[in-house]
Amino acid sequence: MHSRRMRRVAVALTALLVLTACARDGDEEDEAGGEEASGPIDIWYSNNEAEIAWGQAVVEAWNAEHPDEEVSAQEIPAGDSSEEVIQASIAAGNTPCLIYNTSPAAVPQFERQGGLVALDEFSDGASYVQERTGEGVEQYQSADGQYFQLPWKANPVMVFYNRALFEEAGIDSEEPPLATYEEFLQTSRTLVESGAAEAAIWPSPASQFFQPWFDFYPLFAAQTGGAQLVEEGEPRFASEEGLAVAGFWRTMYDEGLSPKEEAAGDAFADGQSAMAIVGPWAIAVYGEVDWGVVPVPTADGTPVEETYSFSDAKSIGLYSSCENRATAWEFLKFSTSEENDGLLLAETGQMPMRADLPGTYADYFEENPDYQLFADQAARTVEVPNVENSINMWQTFRNAYSEAVIFGEAEVEPTFEQAAEEITGLIAE
Amino acid sequence: MSATPRAEAPARAPVTRRLLGRQPIGALFAAPYVLFWLALFAWPMGLAVVISFRDYFFAAPGAQVERPFVGLDNYAQALSDPVVHRAALNVAIFILINVPLTVVLALVLAAALNTALPLRTMFRSAYYVPYVTASVAMVGVWLWLFSSGGLVNSLAGGLAPDPSWLVNSFWAMPIIALFATWKQLGFYVLLYLAALQNIPETLYEAAKVDGAGVVRRFRAVTVPGVRSATTLVVILATIVGANFFTEPYLLTGGGGPNQASISPVLLMYQEGIQQGEAGYAAAIGVVLAVFVMGVSLVYRRFVEEGEPA
Repeated sequence: MHSRRMRRVAVALTALLVLTACARDGDEEDEAGGEEASGPIDIWYSNNEAEIAWGQAVVEAWNAEHPDEEVSAQEIPAGDSSEEVIQASIAAGNTPCLIYNTSPAAVPQFERQGGLVALDEFSDGASYVQERTGEGVEQYQSADGQYFQLPWKANPVMVFYNRALFEEAGIDSEEPPLATYEEFLQTSRTLVESGAAEAAIWPSPASQFFQPWFDFYPLFAAQTGGAQLVEEGEPRFASEEGLAVAGFWRTMYDEGLSPKEEAAGDAFADGQSAMAIVGPWAIAVYGEVDWGVVPVPTADGTPVEETYSFSDAKSIGLYSSCENRATAWEFLKFSTSEENDGLLLAETGQMPMRADLPGTYADYFEENPDYQLFADQAARTVEVPNVENSINMWQTFRNAYSEAVIFGEAEVEPTFEQAAEEITGLIAE
Repeated sequence: MSATPRAEAPARAPVTRRLLGRQPIGALFAAPYVLFWLALFAWPMGLAVVISFRDYFFAAPGAQVERPFVGLDNYAQALSDPVVHRAALNVAIFILINVPLTVVLALVLAAALNTALPLRTMFRSAYYVPYVTASVAMVGVWLWLFSSGGLVNSLAGGLAPDPSWLVNSFWAMPIIALFATWKQLGFYVLLYLAALQNIPETLYEAAKVDGAGVVRRFRAVTVPGVRSATTLVVILATIVGANFFTEPYLLTGGGGPNQASISPVLLMYQEGIQQGEAGYAAAIGVVLAVFVMGVSLVYRRFVEEGEPA
């Protein structure tokens, strides 16, 4: 009886293995649409109020003049992150033609999934991307030199501080001492010890792959004068500069100046934290707070006009399930024209990624001096590296950072070196 | 001498009867569930096994992508990955705390709620409320209770751990196990309450006549009387324990601190969905499914041992 059952199990397992070994990879090639096809298209944009207003205005203007190529727009569906939503949508084959919330870090993965169209396939594709973006456009090229994204807007991150809390702690709120690590640490100690704030600064200690963009990476960009996490296939974060940044943050956590717990809400808006690392989108959000802004610190202090930071950019992707690609391409150019980029700036305060931003919208920056600093910073930003297994790479880095820096359970240098070794393997795959 | 009549071999039943049984209509009634099981369990499980032998990732329909056969590589990686080891250890911690606590608390509470207590209906509902309340809402309350400045630390004063419970490598898992025990308890109490209705009152009366007190009656009548429910509770609690996801995902910010509360299912989600390593995630899933089935079978043997046929 037993042997018969065993035989059946063995036969079933063998059949499964044969099926596994023989199963075909992928499916038949199926071009969803040609570069020449035009007609109605769908797009997704971000779900914040200001961007929705911008999106609706642009779509309305387009539809008024293109009744046969109508654009239907909606917010990106809710999910743990936009990247997961888009990834699932690619696998399901129901992505819209354009997504205005594509993270450059996820682009290599979407490309690997066969979810993106190379913009170079359009006759004016590469030239449009290069001319609009200007200097630094090479950061957005794939490994084989193609553009699978149009760099759209940046939110160069800087340090926001709450003037009222600084004054309560007896710290100069006009020119706060925050330029060097030592100054930043001393200011943080004063803020917490005086009881003015529960935390000096409260970056999220969560483990998601993108969290380093708002703690380690901006300071790393500043400390290195504009280096990426990985350059020419080599991880750079286990360098002297990377270790200096990690050492700074570890002190912040060890001394309780930055909590190891997730904040229940927005710690800066709620007055629990005296500082935050955020981009210009926050100006509209933190309207209630009397804030000031300074560049991220470096070990010895760097002049404002020389300090780099992380771009926190978003790109526009044209997805392979799109049938009417000619319309999608034309709408992409329309929505990123000088006029519509100006509208984006006015509606959202986010920086369109185009050459000579301060010069192009000089009137706007004159009327809105709060944004001028961010516009200047936008010229000195660092993007995430455009490498294979990008998300996996960031997750590996985050795990090492969590262990050695946030929770202090290991020495920083060997942990970073081991992570660098793993990442070298990942990006070489 | 008479020849012993040779026993005649039983005639083979017709094929239709062998396939559909003596009551073919029964197969018709069972068909919807069989189809449901095939579509939502057997097919995905088979697919997961297929995926686990490949360097697989999810791609756009029609995209020409390489997803090569890698044999047992994903399994070898899963069995040697320290994060998988940590996740397995966390399942063990979870089960060690959750299963005994669930069985003891659920049985004691069910026995108490089965007696003529004042406000019995209210208590029965109260224990069931956490089970039917969304985890996200419950997690919000627990985050508030166990955060650095939360109620528990305020009461504990100098005894509060540093770092606080949910960001403490030692305490994160026990807190998760306690949360799951508390949240699921109402369901198991209900199972035991149903089982208690099957114990004849005469057994309690006989035990009472023999001089058995409350504790003795509980041990000698109630516990053996609900043995089959205990089997079910132990198996269900183990399966829930091996598959916990929501708690570390929400309560400890994705398996933190530093993956001290990572679970196999959360790891599958991170690897398969967030990082696009579906083949590796599937291998972890297959190992987990085999483990759960094995443990359930062992439990069944042990708990049902000695039970009257």
